[in-house]
Amino acid sequence: MNRSRYPVRRLAAIVAGLSVALAACGGAASPSPAPTGTPGTSPASAAPTEPPPAGPVTMLSNQLVPVTEQEAMRNEILSGYDGEVEYVGADPGPYTDRIQAEGEAASGGVSLIGGLHGDFSAFGARNYLSDLSDVAAELADLGISQDYLDLGKLGTSEQLYIPWMQATYIMVARNEALDYLPDGADINALTWEQLTEWGAAITDGTGDRKLGFPAGEDGLLHRFFQGHAYPAFTGRVNTAFATSDAVEMWNWLKDTWQYVNPQSTTYGFMQEPLQSGEVWVAWDHVARLVEALKSDPSAFTAFPVPAGPEGRAFMPVIAGLAIPTWAPNPDGAKALIRYLLQPETQATTLRTVSFFPVIAGALPGDLDPGVEAEQQAVAAQVGSSDALPALLPVALGDQGGAYNQVFKDAFAQIIIQNQDPANVLAALADTLQEVFDVSGAACWSPDPPSDGPCQVGR
Amino acid sequence: MPGPANRPGHDNPYEQAGGVTARLGWAPYVLLIPSLAYLAIFFATPMAQAFALALQDRDGNWTLASVMRMVDDPNFRDAVTTTIALVILVLPVQFVLAMSMALIVNAKLKGQGFWLYLYALPLGISELAAGIVWVSVFTQTGWLNTILQGVGIIDKPIIWQSSETPWLLILTIVLAEAWRATAIIMIILVAGLQSIPNEFLEAADVYGATTWQKVRRVILPMLRPSLQIALILRTILAFQVFATVVALAGTGVTVLSREAQRWATDIDNDHVAAGYAGLILLLSLMATLLYLWLLPTREEHRL
Repeated sequence: MNRSRYPVRRLAAIVAGLSVALAACGGAASPSPAPTGTPGTSPASAAPTEPPPAGPVTMLSNQLVPVTEQEAMRNEILSGYDGEVEYVGADPGPYTDRIQAEGEAASGGVSLIGGLHGDFSAFGARNYLSDLSDVAAELADLGISQDYLDLGKLGTSEQLYIPWMQATYIMVARNEALDYLPDGADINALTWEQLTEWGAAITDGTGDRKLGFPAGEDGLLHRFFQGHAYPAFTGRVNTAFATSDAVEMWNWLKDTWQYVNPQSTTYGFMQEPLQSGEVWVAWDHVARLVEALKSDPSAFTAFPVPAGPEGRAFMPVIAGLAIPTWAPNPDGAKALIRYLLQPETQATTLRTVSFFPVIAGALPGDLDPGVEAEQQAVAAQVGSSDALPALLPVALGDQGGAYNQVFKDAFAQIIIQNQDPANVLAALADTLQEVFDVSGAACWSPDPPSDGPCQVGR
Repeated sequence: MPGPANRPGHDNPYEQAGGVTARLGWAPYVLLIPSLAYLAIFFATPMAQAFALALQDRDGNWTLASVMRMVDDPNFRDAVTTTIALVILVLPVQFVLAMSMALIVNAKLKGQGFWLYLYALPLGISELAAGIVWVSVFTQTGWLNTILQGVGIIDKPIIWQSSETPWLLILTIVLAEAWRATAIIMIILVAGLQSIPNEFLEAADVYGATTWQKVRRVILPMLRPSLQIALILRTILAFQVFATVVALAGTGVTVLSREAQRWATDIDNDHVAAGYAGLILLLSLMATLLYLWLLPTREEHRL
């Protein structure tokens, strides 16, 4: 029989040869970094008189990221826009990674960036953002607040981002809870101590702990400390982090926590426990309370956050729009900015995702009663005589997450693990100072401005 | 084909002097090259890079600072103890369950297909989906409390997911994990059971063994290779438990994977995250070596 003596060896040689050839082909085709953008469009500076290149605009945003909000963005808010928009909602990590990667390569697919003031201060520091003064001039008649526009300059003379929408944090109560309000308390002008008495009354009356805070994985409890609890009790945030006033605030929270539903460590969005009745009085972001109010406006009451010894502290959240310097379609992006700032779009945004407008004047259309209730609470909060706005962190760059983690750790150790507030704060003050030293961030309002990195108060 | 006179002590008629190379040439090793290259490029290199990442700091210097930061973190101890506690609690429960399920499936009762289908159902859903399903069971106004209250066992709903009762929280996670992941072990054991020759079981019957004696004396020893594989696989996966804990416990307890994810995406410090990942790998490796030592399996064939 005419067979090779070593059939296996011959087969092995053929397979080896094939696999080497395949590996060579496979290795050469590396995945392209940003396949969604339009490649090779003419640079913006070379086309001042030609019509804007028709092409898709890729918008990357870390606001409106939860699935329902993304759907609202694509199906309702952007539905009236003439051009093609690819909307990409991203969590903080991937969001920063992508923008930094594209920035370092000086090219990429993103034409429009949606983000918070703190994000833009990091990007602006790396010169990623282009000047939008022309867009701001065009939109002057919409009446965007000059304070917000000034914030959008990030301390420079260029308009680095255009304010897009705003939000804040309020409280919502089930109407059953209103029976237990302390005597003489005005729900639109509560104090934090009165909230504790309220919680105690509910627990005495029903036997259940019915206050609620979003202390879960996705919860925004760190904003509670940064924008509400700390400024209300100390008048400042970072420069009073470990002071005796701060210890007083933590002791107040420890005292209150016995009336808070212990399942709070699983709550990310307070609207669900409010609707199911597990919680009767909750603090959270307006966008995370709106479904409860919309589902049954007659069963819930929205009210401003309570006040502390130093005032009614709250945190306004300003979202903005910016165009990166490498945008493949900057003119399309500018058209999209103009669209998103129109009164109709701002009204749709408010109606669908409960982020409030930045433009002045009445909005067209009727508001859902639930959203109306929220807007009234926000207006009462912003307009109260003792209002004390506390800004979101500024210029922390990639230390933003570490900054928030300090407050989350403080909560976990002081409230969940029942440790002594003074000791915990003293230890965490070092971690917080490291965040400022690494990022080089100066203090922001309501802390007094600082030269160089903010110094943590002890 | 039987070869020339074999060396003393090697009386396997299928073995030739000189071993593999003399009989088959270098072909088998050449055939291995593509897989080895794939493993080297896509597994070994990233793993080495991850370890390198853990041993550097933000400025790229070689230092143990990132590892020390991981160990000094307030959440580190909770993560390690919770992960190890979960592994120790979940594994015995799952093995007993999986063994019973495998014996039922293998008994070829009427409607056997139904049991296999029912047991294997949880394999089809993702870890996070399973966690969310169990949240709807354990939440204060969820299924379990509703049933218990309806039947009259409790007056007020029990808060199963409370951060103030961490052991209750861990119990819910153990239950959810047992439901979700036992099928993997069961399938490996079913395959192992089907490879046990019937003659052994019939011989045991002839000698009058009870079912329990059959299981203990015949089935379990013959199942050793499958048990070893299933144990190693399940332990490695148990050290990586993530979505179930996040869904059920929120911030009540934390595990190593959650800390790795937190440091990588929330805090934006890849070095400490790589440290956690390396720790998970080391723990998995230690457990694997432990099993290999405790449950040695004899080689059935030699080339």
